[in-house]
Amino acid sequence: MLSARERELLIELWDRLTPAAEHIGSEALLRMFTTFPKTKTYFAHLDLTARSEHLRSIGKRIVEAIAEGTRHIGTAQFTANLSYLSRFHAYQLRIHPTNFKLFNHCMLVTLACYLGEDFSPRAHAATDKYLSAYAAVLAEKFR
Amino acid sequence: MVEWTEEERSFIQEIFSKIKYEDVGPKSLCRALIVYPWTQRYFAHFGNLYNEDAIMGNPEVARHGAVVLHGLDAAVKNMDNIKSNYAELGELHSEKLHVDPDNFKLMADCITVVIATQMRASFTPAMQAAWYKFLSVVVSALSRQYH
Repeated sequence: MLSARERELLIELWDRLTPAAEHIGSEALLRMFTTFPKTKTYFAHLDLTARSEHLRSIGKRIVEAIAEGTRHIGTAQFTANLSYLSRFHAYQLRIHPTNFKLFNHCMLVTLACYLGEDFSPRAHAATDKYLSAYAAVLAEKFR
Repeated sequence: MVEWTEEERSFIQEIFSKIKYEDVGPKSLCRALIVYPWTQRYFAHFGNLYNEDAIMGNPEVARHGAVVLHGLDAAVKNMDNIKSNYAELGELHSEKLHVDPDNFKLMADCITVVIATQMRASFTPAMQAAWYKFLSVVVSALSRQYH
């Protein structure tokens, strides 16, 4: 449950992060692959070394999608916009749902490293809640 | 027995040499209480936890945050024997404090985020992996006494 204030905070925060989408997205993925090696099983066909083309382009797409979602939190638009990504994750990627938590944790750590003290408890809480809600929509069509 | 590489051991020592208990401890506990508000159930006797500002200004939270972080001392001093060193603390959390052990993981995640905000780029992915492994072992040791 995100308050109006938190929604504003998230729009502002992810606007600030969007120019660094490639850097942040690829770092979050790299942290996830390093800390939770089993997550690599979903990307066995790609080059996941640091700063690889694949890592950077997937990372960029992920951050841009997350940022875009902040503008529609709490609206029907949110679920509607994610419809394609939901189907993709459910029917094609078929990711075990616990992996979303692992990615979200690594995204939080990436943001903490990137923003330092600016990643306040308030921003941490709002982002964690938002990423959880986002993952729930992505996993909605799983069964 | 948990196997630690030389690199993992040195990462853990490096992190502990860089953090201040009186700073990271309170900040971590504050984040746990703010980000995962249900954890406040264990701290009703701390007084005002009504909102973020109250939590961050609460001296009991600050004091206890440092206590919790010092709880990691036993692990860092003897990384090869974490399981047996946490039997007593584990029993305390289970039998006396009645803490749901799933919350230990959340506390661990908050400690990690605080360390990341301070170490920033020097908290590399490899370091994060070693740190995560370290905290997982501690959390597992603490959770063993529940029955």
